[in-house]
Amino acid sequence: MPQLRIENLHLAFGGVKAINGVSIDAERGRIHAIIGPNGAGKTSVFNCISCVYRPQRGAIYYEGRRISGMKPDKVARLGIARTFQNIALFHHMTVLDNLMLGRHLFLKRGVFLGGIYLGPARSEEIENRKIVEDIIDFLEIEKIRKKPVGILPYGLRKRVELARALSLQPKLLLLDEPMAGMNIEEKEDMARFILDINEERGVTILLIEHDLGVVMDISHRVSVLDFGVKISEGKPEEVANDPHVVRAYIGEEDDFLRDLEERVSR
Amino acid sequence: MKEILARHDTFPKLLQRNAERFGDRKVAMREKEFGIWQEFTWKEYHEHVNDFSLGLTSLGLARGDKVAIIGDNRPEWVWAEVAAQASGAVPLGLYQDSTLKEVAYVIDHSDSTFVVAEDQEQVDKILDIKDRLPKVRYIVYSDPRGMRGYGQPCLLDFQEVEEYGRKFGRKEPDLFRNNVAAGRSEDLAFICYTSGTTGFPKGAMLSFRNLLTMAANLMEVDPKRTTDEFVSFLPLAWIGEQMMCLSSALLTGFTVNFPEKPETVQENIREIGPNIMFSPPRIWENMTSTVQVKIMDASWLKRRMYHWALPIGYEYADTVFRKQKPDTLLLCRHRLAYYLVFRALKDRLGLLRIRTASTGGAALGPDVFKFFQAMGVNLKQIYGQTEISGISCIHRDGDINFDSVGKAIPETEIRISDAGEILSRSPSVFLGYYKSPEETETTLAGGWLHSGDAGYFTEDGHLVVIDRVKDVMRLNDGTVFSPQFIENKLKFSPYIKECVCFGNRREFLAAMICIDYPNVGKWAESRRVSYTTYTDLAAKPEVLSLLAKEVEKVNASLPPTTRVMRFVLLYKELDADDDELTRTRKVRRAFVEERYGHVIEGMYAGEASIPVDAIIKYQDGKTSQIRTKLAVQNL
Repeated sequence: MPQLRIENLHLAFGGVKAINGVSIDAERGRIHAIIGPNGAGKTSVFNCISCVYRPQRGAIYYEGRRISGMKPDKVARLGIARTFQNIALFHHMTVLDNLMLGRHLFLKRGVFLGGIYLGPARSEEIENRKIVEDIIDFLEIEKIRKKPVGILPYGLRKRVELARALSLQPKLLLLDEPMAGMNIEEKEDMARFILDINEERGVTILLIEHDLGVVMDISHRVSVLDFGVKISEGKPEEVANDPHVVRAYIGEEDDFLRDLEERVSR
Repeated sequence: MKEILARHDTFPKLLQRNAERFGDRKVAMREKEFGIWQEFTWKEYHEHVNDFSLGLTSLGLARGDKVAIIGDNRPEWVWAEVAAQASGAVPLGLYQDSTLKEVAYVIDHSDSTFVVAEDQEQVDKILDIKDRLPKVRYIVYSDPRGMRGYGQPCLLDFQEVEEYGRKFGRKEPDLFRNNVAAGRSEDLAFICYTSGTTGFPKGAMLSFRNLLTMAANLMEVDPKRTTDEFVSFLPLAWIGEQMMCLSSALLTGFTVNFPEKPETVQENIREIGPNIMFSPPRIWENMTSTVQVKIMDASWLKRRMYHWALPIGYEYADTVFRKQKPDTLLLCRHRLAYYLVFRALKDRLGLLRIRTASTGGAALGPDVFKFFQAMGVNLKQIYGQTEISGISCIHRDGDINFDSVGKAIPETEIRISDAGEILSRSPSVFLGYYKSPEETETTLAGGWLHSGDAGYFTEDGHLVVIDRVKDVMRLNDGTVFSPQFIENKLKFSPYIKECVCFGNRREFLAAMICIDYPNVGKWAESRRVSYTTYTDLAAKPEVLSLLAKEVEKVNASLPPTTRVMRFVLLYKELDADDDELTRTRKVRRAFVEERYGHVIEGMYAGEASIPVDAIIKYQDGKTSQIRTKLAVQNL
């Protein structure tokens, strides 16, 4: 049984069909990449998985349970964490606070006990801090532990974003363009981290990425979306040679122009 | 000290003594991990060494074998070293940022059969060249991160080896004790590969007697206490760090702290607040330039306070240097300046509790020196070389002269040869270079250690080091000058990161300067000068005139004959990866002169600008071509 099963997903915003009958199976312990030109519906699929969007048709099953329609926090509790294309962190808070906030879901003590840092609240804090420190060590961000996120360079913020997602101790991690806007060295580091998370922590990874070189290197399986439809799926080398995929990528501009002409003439 | 050494004359024996003396009551080491200082007591230190040593023995490490250790400063590094010594083997250290070529050379040259590597990065280096290292049998790594996919049978986890050791120890309960007892003070303790400003590194063989007599003699004039804290952040392959972390720590029993990451050193120093410190000049230079930059960013009030306090500090320091008693007024002003400014500044730098700090390895600019003395940091200059186990001269408390390197430590004789070279003799002089008897013979000719440094004694008996004998230069008119001395003066400017002076057998002095990218960048931003890269920034006319002013300031403090008359701003920083600097960041003069020959010729030919067409290599391995013109500035 796949860990995550997306079945015939349909999502439309008014008349725009963002996702048009997509089905994807993500196997446990694998790195599964979703690629496609801009506007293909990749992020929409992620938003459906984390239940930010509610699909009109179709269903998503996680470990055999139907999750589409659940509340987003419930999904996170089940072990699905994600990062965002445009970094979603609290910029005035320190890296450590951002990560501890990632653990918020698992804190049981309220404002009062937490506020005076006594008894069970204290042991709870220590326990959660241990988990967070382990992630800080894992992602090598010790130096910036106490720095506010706002002053960090972009590449590091991306890493903190990844750490924030990891602090939920997920079993399935959704990464939305983790390498966008990075230089080669930062990309290499990030690829290394993704592989480590997958192999050492056994986390299944669903990855959206535009750098095809990286995708082909690190993923086990690739799905290609174009205009809300899955046009190809398979091992990286199979997908790379698929004529549909080549057309979707190279013919992108023509399609875009044709599409524009059609709309204008309407 | 001498009584202790009479009975405990090796590192493993001293460790045993400390484990018996302190047991679990005293912390021997701390390492910051997961945001917390994790502690190891002397008993635990001893246990790790015991287990790892037996583990190595059970894997076939024999007496006299060599064990190469590479990695950042961590307890495992030190455990591995003492464990190898306990087994009768000889450890040696490698600089963690060494290139493949250097690593391959040292491991092969030293005949190492075991390599203890810190992590995946270091293991990868060794596996890459494994086929050229037929003598290496096992590679032990201490950080298992990222190592899951490696199936090589020669790879072992540090803890796994310790586990073998525990098993082996149950079978042979007396073996470790007997092994340690078999150690002699004349035994080879450590091979210290010197960074070498020329050619391949040489392995200086040091015995326990060499290392321990040096530490004991130094302590007589610069005492260390059992309660002291020390932060270890310089390469353990370097003799200075060996002297602090191993010989001195084992002898006195002070606590050694290992930072979390190389990038967190400054923070970690502040958390620990060490009592003793020993660093090469670049660390002190970095601290001063950090202060200068941060002050530029500070609020108006703080800036005013700093500029008010600093001259008082200098005045006080100068008075003390002249060995005069400061008058009451100066004393009061200095106290005030201390409590208002210097105390906070020292705290920021983590130097608040420093009782004695020293600098060595290369010359430190007098201005940097004065800066620390002004703040009230007891900074002393030391002098020595790997071949004499580290240190032979040091300033005494209250007898500091920032041009000199102080006086010889006990049991050490120093004299100047007819050629002006510094020669020394002491029980700490090394046994020789590993596998190169000819080099050993020339270095130890006549029973004296030849340092290769030119120097002289002052009237009050202080040794002054001018420069390397072969680096002292002569202008055409016969004027003698030390390029290093002038370079150090220039480097005190916050805008100058590195520079090289020329002038040997020429009419006048010229210099090639590398700007300090962050500081000049900040200056440019505040002047609204836009730039893209280092190369671009260095080519800005505004930057050139800024640097011209800086050089003129330095010139004013130099005799007219040895002033820098022309300079260029180089389009890249000098880098150890390009072989332009050594791993300890000393300029490889001959190499630089050859590589930038046309730039130097251009300067002396009186050209207004010099065309450059070069390939530069980035750290990620990419190369790019640079075509630019270096403007020559005349002064």
